[in-house]
Amino acid sequence: MPDAFIELRQATKRFAGVLALDKIDFTLNAGEIHCLAGENGSGKSTLIKLIAGVYRADGGEVRIGGRARPHLTPKEAIAAGVQVIYQDFSLFPNLKVAENLALNTLLHENRKTVAWSRVRELGRQALARLGIDIDLDAEVGSLSTAQRQLVAIARALMADVRLIIMDEPTTALTGREVDALFKIVRDIQAKGIAVLFVSHKMREMLEISERITVFRNGRKVAEGPTAEFDEASITRHMTGRDIDQSAFEWTGDTMAMPRLEVEGLAVPGIVEPTSFAIQAGEIVGLAGLLGAGRTELATALFGMRPDHEGEIRIDGVKVNPRSVEEAIEAGIAYVPEDRLTEGLFLTQSIERNFCASILDRLTRGLLLQSGQIREASLKTVDEMQVATPDVVRPVIQLSGGNAQRVLIGRWLLTGPKILILNGPTVGVDVGSKELIHKQLRALARERGLSILMISDDLPELVHNSNRILLMHKGAIVETLASASVNEDQLAAKLKALR
Amino acid sequence: MQKITSFAKTHETIIQLVIITLIVFLAMSWASPRFLRYYNFESLAFIAPELGIISIAMMIAMLTGGIDLSVVGIANLSGILAGVFFLKVMPATPDASLAYAAIRLTLAVLIAMSTGLLAGTLNGLLISRLKITPILATLGTGQLFTGFAVVLTGGPAIVGFPPGWGFIGNGKLLGVPLPLLIFIVVALLIAFMLSRTSFGVKLMLIGTNPKAAVFAGLRNARMILFSYMLSGVLASMAGILLSGRTNAAKSDYGTSYLLQAVLVAVLGGTNPAGGRGSVLGVTIAVTALMLLSSGFQILRFSNHLIDFIWGAFLIAVIALNAYRARGR
Amino acid sequence: MKRLLARSEVVIALILILAMIIIGLINPAFWNLENLFSLLRQNVVIGIMALGVLTVMISGGIDVSFPAFAVAAMYLTVRAMVGLGYEGVILPFIAATLIGLLLGLMNAFFIRTFKMIPLIVTLGTASIVRGLLNGVVGTSIVNIDRMPQSLIAFGRTVINLGGASLTVMLFIYLALAILVHLFLTRTMLGRSIYAYGGDPESASRVGFDTRKTIFVVYALAGALAGFAGLLHSSMSWLANPRDFIGLELDVIAAVVLGGASIFGGRGSVIGTLLGVFMLVMVKNSLIILGIETTWQLVAVGLIIIVATALTALRDRKKLGA
Repeated sequence: MPDAFIELRQATKRFAGVLALDKIDFTLNAGEIHCLAGENGSGKSTLIKLIAGVYRADGGEVRIGGRARPHLTPKEAIAAGVQVIYQDFSLFPNLKVAENLALNTLLHENRKTVAWSRVRELGRQALARLGIDIDLDAEVGSLSTAQRQLVAIARALMADVRLIIMDEPTTALTGREVDALFKIVRDIQAKGIAVLFVSHKMREMLEISERITVFRNGRKVAEGPTAEFDEASITRHMTGRDIDQSAFEWTGDTMAMPRLEVEGLAVPGIVEPTSFAIQAGEIVGLAGLLGAGRTELATALFGMRPDHEGEIRIDGVKVNPRSVEEAIEAGIAYVPEDRLTEGLFLTQSIERNFCASILDRLTRGLLLQSGQIREASLKTVDEMQVATPDVVRPVIQLSGGNAQRVLIGRWLLTGPKILILNGPTVGVDVGSKELIHKQLRALARERGLSILMISDDLPELVHNSNRILLMHKGAIVETLASASVNEDQLAAKLKALR
Repeated sequence: MQKITSFAKTHETIIQLVIITLIVFLAMSWASPRFLRYYNFESLAFIAPELGIISIAMMIAMLTGGIDLSVVGIANLSGILAGVFFLKVMPATPDASLAYAAIRLTLAVLIAMSTGLLAGTLNGLLISRLKITPILATLGTGQLFTGFAVVLTGGPAIVGFPPGWGFIGNGKLLGVPLPLLIFIVVALLIAFMLSRTSFGVKLMLIGTNPKAAVFAGLRNARMILFSYMLSGVLASMAGILLSGRTNAAKSDYGTSYLLQAVLVAVLGGTNPAGGRGSVLGVTIAVTALMLLSSGFQILRFSNHLIDFIWGAFLIAVIALNAYRARGR
Repeated sequence: MKRLLARSEVVIALILILAMIIIGLINPAFWNLENLFSLLRQNVVIGIMALGVLTVMISGGIDVSFPAFAVAAMYLTVRAMVGLGYEGVILPFIAATLIGLLLGLMNAFFIRTFKMIPLIVTLGTASIVRGLLNGVVGTSIVNIDRMPQSLIAFGRTVINLGGASLTVMLFIYLALAILVHLFLTRTMLGRSIYAYGGDPESASRVGFDTRKTIFVVYALAGALAGFAGLLHSSMSWLANPRDFIGLELDVIAAVVLGGASIFGGRGSVIGTLLGVFMLVMVKNSLIILGIETTWQLVAVGLIIIVATALTALRDRKKLGA
């Protein structure tokens, strides 16, 4: 029987009456790499926060190192050897690298004063332990995402740590950086430190972990050695059913006048002169590493890069939008990367979220036509299958998948010819994801909408597009027919880029 | 029934406010019989509109997550410029015809309101184009406007406004105080604008999530500029009422209105972080506070103690809101 | 060199020197030792308050209640001394500081418990404190013939340098500045203020006691305001319970001029000292420049606008790069 480091017994947590964790038994052994799988809202993050002392259980108990901890605080959790690397890294952008690295140790030692020579020394040691080189005097806010993650890991490794929890650590990383991260995780394990890896990417879970625990709706639904799982079984546990994975086929006329034609489109310093075309009804994927210029290419099409060069034509007519309004007018729609910060007006009603981009069109004289707004919203709720009893409640009450469909619905209301989606299903449950894919395919097939889909989710690209453009260092380097490539080949191609 | 509960849910703040107002009203009526005199309410109807309009101006700035600390400066500068116009540019003539007086009055109103428009434009440009934080931008312009007011008057108050100007602040139309009528018209127009025009809805959306507004093509910078222009114009209207009522204009009149306007806006359910606010809320909040202070005045509390009560009221309402948020 | 120029303190210092040279060219009387010493003297009270505001701003908050707290601490202390016939210096200053500190704790309590924007809370507490002080304690000025002689004597302490007298209070101000500087840069509590201002959520996750941080920040601002209030009274030989109205704008302006960010996480004592000096210099050099003093507010307003516009432009460039 291996030695249990973390033990939860019948742990329960409620938020305003909603059960987030329902009598969970969970064990994490010392020195193991353990994966926590589950959809959004399944209770993964709540579990992490219980262990980290950020939340306190409403029932049951949390044991660390064999001792019950009824009044765990973040400080005590850290003292017990638990370090959490949150998705946002919890670093201080205004402080220097050295200080960010040293703070944990200084707090742990209960220091009252700060000796700056010691701060530098601690910082230097921390970076040396990971074998990395980052300027200790740089402000963290000026670092790249990958560098910031390294700082966060180095910081977590400082004290006599026994467990490092990583919350969705690979979300913002490129393929090569993920490999580097996994190497570091194994090094950490070699030092006898356990790692709890929270993820929803099956491939990564299967690659890195020794044991997997799956959550669904606040309950533990499966656990066991990784060898006993495969992608299909994890998905089944996470969603409670099987997911259809048929491929998207496009049968249009390749010789027709393209819906969207891009010729020599460039954004100074970021996107090299680029040319491609999309036919009506096509779904074209756009793959690439982080920083390849995909988002910049998309925002240039969407009029947010007035400094762009080259030509953008829709149905043969030059449009070259210089503002978002011009882009909308020309029939281009863009669902941004980050739904919460860039997409939705969370505390506003569903109908306002739907009609945000067509308010001027819904105005007669001075007046907004509230009847038309209601009508359009109700129709879109049906069309996008948003699960809501009415359209006046705030979007914040909707689940991730429903909220994303509201956002897509907003853009359908603008009557677009081209729909650009950046990470269409990021942070969306597996079940909801399938529905969104179905709807996108229907939009392309039935309405002849041309879709450009940017995604890091390779299976999503391979299954839901008929062509994939591979972008690297601001240029499209290859065009692949989705039928002739599988996700492993695509992954290999991405990895080969540098 | 369901309709009533859903109304109660969406208008919780308004209902809470109405209840507070009723409590204040009943308590004051109980504490002093003189409170219920007609004269008392009539004098409130002359004074309250100034604060009401300034508070609406503040609320509009808060809708986009900003604040306008220059409203009082704008109000005073507008009144003073009108005064300077009356005294220096177009002085009264002994043989003045009625037409002359009317033109003079109209021009002065136009000058005052253009002052507000220009001042608001400056605020809006600093905030939307130069991207200065609203709190700092309007702190600076507030000093600037007050500074110009000091330079123009040299310190003491400007007096000698014509009777027509005094009528705006003290007159009655069909037995109703003119300031109250002006306030009602302004309140209705702004309420209508916020809920029924695309400009109003856009302001709410920008205040809720400015970044998402950019991606939705809402032209944030232009809308924010317009909103500060509007709050500048409203502030100048308050300045007209203030100088009309007191028949004088001075650089440091109404300085306590700044705190009170913030208080009224917050009390009226405006979210200082943006995205939420209503004219109805502000109107009820102004009513509650004016009843409160006039009641205490009748009870012979000093003005200083009334300041204390306003501050305590603000903190109490914040506490109440925090308590309610926790219960959810 | 580039790194040096990137520090906002260096830039402020350069602008300050440039401004001094220009003023000196227009009227060489600026460089009179008497003029310079008088400028320095006027730094003292605003400067001590600015140290408190700086701390609040680093934590990501803002405080507009400190002038009210300062006046309350000053007036209560002086009135108590007059009432008791007490003559002394140390005890009254401790009392004033404590009054400010307690009032600061009240700010912290409301901000922390109700999670309300500091601007709104401090607007409220300022109104409460000023209203109570003037409504209950009174509005009559304690003037020079009733002022405790010990305080007046203390406020008059000067040293002679090159034929002009320099107030000793300046050294109290500088000593406090050094203490606050050490506190902010050399103690964990001080660093927790920067951390909290940088990212409050992360600060508590790392294990800082953020509750303590908030209480310390506002208590310190209150204590410094209380101290500065009594110092002002002893330097001006009277206690006016309606003093310091509108002073918050000047002090905040000075701190912003000194490079502190209103969004929190950034700011330094050196920058603040420079910012205070800049503001006081401009306000008081109008006469020397031959401009009527009625233009004072216009000048201050323009400085705030230009300074904040410049920092906004700088921050935008940083983001764009």
